[in-house]
Amino acid sequence: MPAGLNRALLTVAGAVIAIVLAIAISSVAIIAAGASPLDAFAAFFDFGESARAQSNGVAAFINRAVPLFIAGLAVAVGFRMNLFNIGVEGQYRLAAIVAAYVGSTFTAPAPIQIAVIIVVAALTGGLYALIPAVMKVTRGVNEVIATIMLNYIAISLTSYLVRGPFAGQRAAGQLTTTTPELPESAMFPNLNVVFDWFGALPPTRGGGLQGFLLVAIVLGVVVWIVLERTRFGFDIKASGLNGPAALASGVNPKKMVIAAMVMSGGIAGLIGLPEILGDKGAFNSNFTAGLGFLGIAVALLGRNKPVGIAIAALLFAFLDRAQGSLQFAGVPSSVVTIIQAVIVLLVVVANEVTNRLALRLEERRAAQQLGRDNPVEVTA
Amino acid sequence: MSADTLATARPAVELEGITKRFPGVVANHDIRITVAPGTVHAIVGENGAGKSTLMKILYGMQKPDEGTIRVSGTEVAFRTPSDAIAVGIGMVHQHFMLADNLTVLENIVLGAEPKKGGRLDRAAARARIERLAETHGLRVDPGRLVEDLGVGDRQRVEILKVLYRGARILILDEPTAVLVPQEVEELFQNLRELKAEGLTVIFISHKLDEVLGIADAITVIRRGTTVASLPRSEVTSARQLAELMVGSELPTPETRESTVTDRVAFQVGHLTMEAGGHHPAPKGVPVEEYVAKLRADGKRLLLDDVSFAIHEGEILGIAGVEGNGQSELIEAIMGIRPAHGSITLGELDVSSWPTLRRRESGIGYIPEDRHRQGLLLEASLWENRVLGHQTRKPARKGIWVDRRAARADTERIVRDYDVRTPGVDTLALALSGGNQQKLIVGREMSGEPKFLIAAHPTRGVDVGAQAAIWDHLREARAAGLAVLLISADLDELIGLSDTIRVIYRGRLVAALDPSDITPERLGGYMTGAIAGTEET
Repeated sequence: MPAGLNRALLTVAGAVIAIVLAIAISSVAIIAAGASPLDAFAAFFDFGESARAQSNGVAAFINRAVPLFIAGLAVAVGFRMNLFNIGVEGQYRLAAIVAAYVGSTFTAPAPIQIAVIIVVAALTGGLYALIPAVMKVTRGVNEVIATIMLNYIAISLTSYLVRGPFAGQRAAGQLTTTTPELPESAMFPNLNVVFDWFGALPPTRGGGLQGFLLVAIVLGVVVWIVLERTRFGFDIKASGLNGPAALASGVNPKKMVIAAMVMSGGIAGLIGLPEILGDKGAFNSNFTAGLGFLGIAVALLGRNKPVGIAIAALLFAFLDRAQGSLQFAGVPSSVVTIIQAVIVLLVVVANEVTNRLALRLEERRAAQQLGRDNPVEVTA
Repeated sequence: MSADTLATARPAVELEGITKRFPGVVANHDIRITVAPGTVHAIVGENGAGKSTLMKILYGMQKPDEGTIRVSGTEVAFRTPSDAIAVGIGMVHQHFMLADNLTVLENIVLGAEPKKGGRLDRAAARARIERLAETHGLRVDPGRLVEDLGVGDRQRVEILKVLYRGARILILDEPTAVLVPQEVEELFQNLRELKAEGLTVIFISHKLDEVLGIADAITVIRRGTTVASLPRSEVTSARQLAELMVGSELPTPETRESTVTDRVAFQVGHLTMEAGGHHPAPKGVPVEEYVAKLRADGKRLLLDDVSFAIHEGEILGIAGVEGNGQSELIEAIMGIRPAHGSITLGELDVSSWPTLRRRESGIGYIPEDRHRQGLLLEASLWENRVLGHQTRKPARKGIWVDRRAARADTERIVRDYDVRTPGVDTLALALSGGNQQKLIVGREMSGEPKFLIAAHPTRGVDVGAQAAIWDHLREARAAGLAVLLISADLDELIGLSDTIRVIYRGRLVAALDPSDITPERLGGYMTGAIAGTEET
């Protein structure tokens, strides 16, 4: 069996065991909350009675997974070289409002309009991540502290911007403040056509199946290529695995910190766009928060690899979607949070265990193979 | 204890026939030492001679394969350091093991706290520490934070820590390595007082002057075994000790044709590195003047005016006891740490270049610690082949890593350098040390380097790999490579080098011809017993 496959199988086995254990532990929590675990688990797979409701459920599930996936990618780029970008939360929120505002100030043909908004979002996120990177490189400020502090600044700053400089017209009777409405050309076409292929009714809520899914897939492929196939990705990997060796082999650690941080922030900038371009058409004070922090969990769960992150994002979205159905089934919806937390904890443990196991197996396998091919020579 | 009982007393420590083997090497072989109570007994030997293994055995950190240890006449077998502490042996490590954010008192009692009602009894602890400090003349303020203390004070805290646990036999591992001269004198005063109290001190060092200044008896270890045990009165000079340390039989270099050409491949000029971080010379001040000023100000220099040239086809060996500037020299040449002075590769002045550019232009580097600087242990062999060659063929194709070419070239290295591995996708950590090292040697020899730094290229590898690596270095030399060889292994240095320079306290103090080198001179220069004016 090739070494890579061996390792992959171990990883999957570890994750499956972790999830099964998580379900068992969550069942205890559900029973403690006075509900039936069976009802709860049925609720996860209950996408609604009517065909329309089912379509909506599936669309909500995938729409939720997309930003989680992007957030996971953003965090993973930093994690790959032991750089903890906790600031994804602030980076995406700030990027979302700036992009939404800039997008509303002009009208261009749809591809240009959307491209400009995406670029502005990525630039904003990247520049905001540049601050902690520069602080780390020039003054040795720990990036965890710096990004957490910058999160507070970004969150307050967006609340101010949406109320003040970037505020648009508030419709009569609306309680939320919002940035000016984006022109029609900024709205990303939906992918409801997919439902037609399966002969299902198109979803109607939340802007249907949001087309930004395609951007996320392309982004995932690009990130994979950059990390796994390019020299830049190699330098990131080397820096993460062994800093002194990377330094001795000519990798400039300062440049790498800046590049990885800005790349992470740039990706983070895109997290809010599916919601803005696919559904709301503006940044308002009800904008989804917390995706940056969830991204940390998703990246951990996905072992910092794009495919793993995609699976982790789908799992998290699947659990999140069930919040409504859980309430209908008489189960407190915070059960979802418990399950998510337990899964993350267990998977982190499982990752560590399987990783060590894989390394040990590798050593033993090499020793065995060599022992067979070349009997140990007797040395003095 | 009076003088007449001292003579008849049983030895404090008796080691007999201690042997310790590690896979592939014998670290200690038939060690015999007898330490009289109430004396300072020095154990001297080069780095790698087996001193630290011996001390680990005596302190219960490792078990000997053969031999017996007797403490005050009773045979003992230690499984852990606590067993050693229980019979009154204490160890003061070279690197202090203190918690900076605790007070002196807290550090001393840590792990052996006197308790009253489940809480630390500070008054009792303080009283006991003050009594100990008083009787042994070790003045420290128990209330101060350790982070506020200087090195000498910290060492006293370490000694008190050991005494607090009831030690009667103290092992001091290179205690003066971190001290300035005045502090050394204070330490020696403390040791004399301990001795006067009847305690026994085992003092490990390779600084011969200091050993002669404090020891009552001296044991010399070479290549894992005791070669001499003398009372201080029988030792006449540091040179005599140096000769014992290095050995009287030096390997004779094999006769071979010199491949040294008259084309200079690499040179450094007036390389100087400051201890307290690099400060560029002020504008308008020539570097020489600035460095002269540093020296006049009494600043410690890690590298002090190091100059040498290596020709094509030449191996220049650097001998020296570790910690005399070897690592700093390498880091300066590789561009990892800034230094003053010039570094020239061929015709090019590379001193302002980043590491990557130096590597690209033909500097190869076999690091002294392969796990720290040479390998990505959790990456495959072919990825390790790419390391340091990211920007060069065959690993590079535009912005991409050329995986196929890198794999193919790794297979070549595996074949040509006899790296024993199941395949090039195996993780580096699965290989034995010798095979990891052969992979590194193969990697650094690829891409036709003009100049190679080989730092301890055969450290920790088995005999077979060692011979193979030496052969590769000789072949490369014959092909015109210039090599800077830094090694603690005299066989290696004398067997490979065309010229040997000795480094001592950051200075090159001697240039020696490997064919007529005497152990007395080599040892003398390495240990500073012969004063450091450069002879050529």
